[in-house]
Amino acid sequence: MSDIATRDIPVKAAAETTRSLFERDPKIKARWNAEGRFRAYGIGAISIGLMFLVVLLVTIIGNGLPAFTQTYVHLNIELKASKLDPKGNRNPDDMAKVMTFGYNPLIEQALEEDLAKAGIETDMKASALRKLLSSSVASQVRDYVLSHPGEVGKTVSFEVLASGRVDGYLKGRVTREALAQDKNLDAAHLDIVDTLVKKGIVERRFNLDFILGADASDSRPESAGIGVSMLGSLFMMLVVLVLSLPIGVAASIYLEEFAAKNWFTDLIEVNISNLAAVPSIVFGILGLAAFIQFANLPQSAPLVGGLVLTLMTLPTIIIATRASLKAVPPSIRDAALGVGASKMQAVFHHVLPLAMPGILTGTIIGLAQALGETAPLLLIGMVGFIASNPPTDLVAGFLHPNSAMPAQIYEWAKRADPAYYERAWGGIIILLVFLAIMNIVAVILRRRFERRW
Amino acid sequence: MLLPAVVVVVLLIAAFGFVLGRQRAIAGAGGDISKLHSLPNYYGFNVAIMALLPAFLLLVVWLVVQPMIIESQIVGQIQERTVESYGTRGLAFSEVRRLADGLDIAVERGAMSAEQADSVRTELTDIRNRLGEVGVALGSNVSADILYVAQHYRVLNAAASMARTIAVLALALAGAAYGLWQARPDFRARIAVERTSLGLLISAASLAILTTIGIALSLIFNTVEFFRIYPMQDFLFGLVWQPSFTSDTLSPLGIVPLLWGTLYISFIALLVAVPIGLFAAVYLSEYASSGVRAVAKPLLEVLAGIPTIVYGLFALLTVGPLLVNVFGKGGALGVDWMQGGTAVITAGLVMGIMLIPFVSSLADDIINAVPQAMRDGSLGLGATQSETVRKVILPAALPGIVGAILLAASRAIGETMIVVLGAGAAGRLSLNPFDAMTTVTAKIVSQLTGDADFTSPVALVAFALGMTLFIFTLGLNVLALYIVRKYREQYE
Repeated sequence: MSDIATRDIPVKAAAETTRSLFERDPKIKARWNAEGRFRAYGIGAISIGLMFLVVLLVTIIGNGLPAFTQTYVHLNIELKASKLDPKGNRNPDDMAKVMTFGYNPLIEQALEEDLAKAGIETDMKASALRKLLSSSVASQVRDYVLSHPGEVGKTVSFEVLASGRVDGYLKGRVTREALAQDKNLDAAHLDIVDTLVKKGIVERRFNLDFILGADASDSRPESAGIGVSMLGSLFMMLVVLVLSLPIGVAASIYLEEFAAKNWFTDLIEVNISNLAAVPSIVFGILGLAAFIQFANLPQSAPLVGGLVLTLMTLPTIIIATRASLKAVPPSIRDAALGVGASKMQAVFHHVLPLAMPGILTGTIIGLAQALGETAPLLLIGMVGFIASNPPTDLVAGFLHPNSAMPAQIYEWAKRADPAYYERAWGGIIILLVFLAIMNIVAVILRRRFERRW
Repeated sequence: MLLPAVVVVVLLIAAFGFVLGRQRAIAGAGGDISKLHSLPNYYGFNVAIMALLPAFLLLVVWLVVQPMIIESQIVGQIQERTVESYGTRGLAFSEVRRLADGLDIAVERGAMSAEQADSVRTELTDIRNRLGEVGVALGSNVSADILYVAQHYRVLNAAASMARTIAVLALALAGAAYGLWQARPDFRARIAVERTSLGLLISAASLAILTTIGIALSLIFNTVEFFRIYPMQDFLFGLVWQPSFTSDTLSPLGIVPLLWGTLYISFIALLVAVPIGLFAAVYLSEYASSGVRAVAKPLLEVLAGIPTIVYGLFALLTVGPLLVNVFGKGGALGVDWMQGGTAVITAGLVMGIMLIPFVSSLADDIINAVPQAMRDGSLGLGATQSETVRKVILPAALPGIVGAILLAASRAIGETMIVVLGAGAAGRLSLNPFDAMTTVTAKIVSQLTGDADFTSPVALVAFALGMTLFIFTLGLNVLALYIVRKYREQYE
């Protein structure tokens, strides 16, 4: 190198010898700067990606956590026998003839009296005050009375739901300005609420009903819960697990251990890799046309949802299973065959048990994917109704219309009342907790049981 | 007998058969297992398979065929006059089925006795009210003809179900008996069992083909049905998308605005995801220390594990309002470009975030597949690391990266929840990314979750849209897989 340089540019070389070796010439500098910039782009890209993740999680948690608390009102309701049990025989069948409508006057009266007792003076009518409470209060009291007929005639202390607007006000979602256009609640109501909070009659606390309860109609966001759709998801996942694990494992065993290299095997392989990339909504169309239109299975049933999700998860499970079958060294098979096992015995008695941790990991990840999938469920009708009744038995759990967690979240996101947005975010927290648990279990399984050969 | 009960009984027969077959084989060998051809369990398995397999096959075939035969029998019985009032024979038949199901439920809940359900007449009883009491809602009033046919339908169905139960149980017993008869010491039970197992393995693997065929058939049949009502060229080249669920005349259902919305949103998504994903992949594979890599890579992949409904909600409730605050009226920039939160840019941006880990992990794999010798050669010649990446590694990995981008594009085109919640509902041909537009997937959802019945063009168009989507994504996938595979071979 050096002698070439001295021969070609003798004059310049003399000039350049005055420069220090430790000082870079402009061209090198430019190149090093470019290097630095390039590296910074990379760091920037990763930080942008991670920033999105943080923003997403912060948004979810910030918007969703309030859904887990709810505002309650302590109310002493006098259960007047003359109203609730006109026949006076304390027979629940007769008392059931009094509809929730008949309970409203009692509740209004109780509210008025409790306010008076707390020293709050208002010129509002009882029916206007009633708007502080959820419309579900009447049915709550009625259920209580029907299950405790002996309590009629006494004054019972209840903890009832405040209306969605009051709840929103205490959570900072509903402002006084916004109420100007709202016919459901006035600023005067909020003054009362402020006083009640001070007196401890209105209280915000953890709301288990959101996690375990049923969905509610459009006008009662305060009593909506995700529990029933969680059951729907559970039944769907049972179907997916029971079908996709054996079918996926069987298909992978055939492809990995038995299949000859021919056009049929190629066809299967091409199909699997394509199905893995088909948009999920297309599986929904398949479910609608094949399971509901053609096979006349019931619409909105978790069974159908499970079937569709099975077809969708199969490629994931097959790909994972094949990878873990491939990881079992051939010496295991050879040894089994060498001591006289048939090929089938070698696979089922030796290879499959060794591959099991990997298969289970893949299955759990596939299930997690299926649990969060929404689009196909929209097409088979798991939205658009109120999942208000938990299934009564096992068959009903599979066959009766139900929602699923992501479908329920979508349903809430579509409703008009912003109080439902909070429920949707809260639902997402629950969904993500499930997904996180499943993925962590998968990672632990892999770390704990996977063998390196 | 109910279906689950039949299944349980067949399973019980198989379990007993297993025990008996095993015992019979051992007894046949005089208790000396070494005289058997196979291990005793195989004789048991053989009996169980003989009991289960034919019985379940028959059951499945019967379940598929029975409704078809009964439908063809019943449909002809509906009088012409009744058919006219429902529009088509299919609709009249679905009313028959709804009524029959309603009667079933009424009997089940004890609101009617079984004889009553078979003998009620519209002249004497108000069926609609009776069924309404047990929670079965019927659309219109029940005509005498429909009721008569529905009762006939129930009778036929009950008879067929009875025949099915008997046939399946008889076949299970016969199979078990045959398996037992086979269970002699010289019977090669293992061979038989393994042959059946292999058959089962093959059929499990073939399910992938069946699924594809199922998708293709369900799309093709309904698409053909749609084009019978609606002219194909209007669908393919129509510039207006304005479905009307109410009017009887054909509303304009042109796919062009939807395709434009789909492609525009996907383009913006790729604009976000490809640079970020690529740079992240390059940094992770070429620069990052193993510690950084072990933390950053799984964290980025968390983004890929988050369900799309979450991204949809994020677009609708967070990103949309945020963008309006910046670009909308009275926003931070003082421009009035954005009318509402749902827009192409909202959906595109969020979809881009979703695709970042998809692009980065695919590109990471591809960059890692470039042989180390090429890096060493370049660095040895005095190139800096970034020059090596730009001038050696990226050109070498280019086909693979193109494949990855195509896969990401296919993902973006098929994505549903983000666009359903974040993109808008009106089909529009516009260049402004702040306009609300809609996509093929969003319209599939809205056409099929509306109240329209499945035979109207506004519902059937969803299948034609699905067909378009399927062909589009399939083409992209095949192309991408071909490129990626070709590229892998290059360096193997």
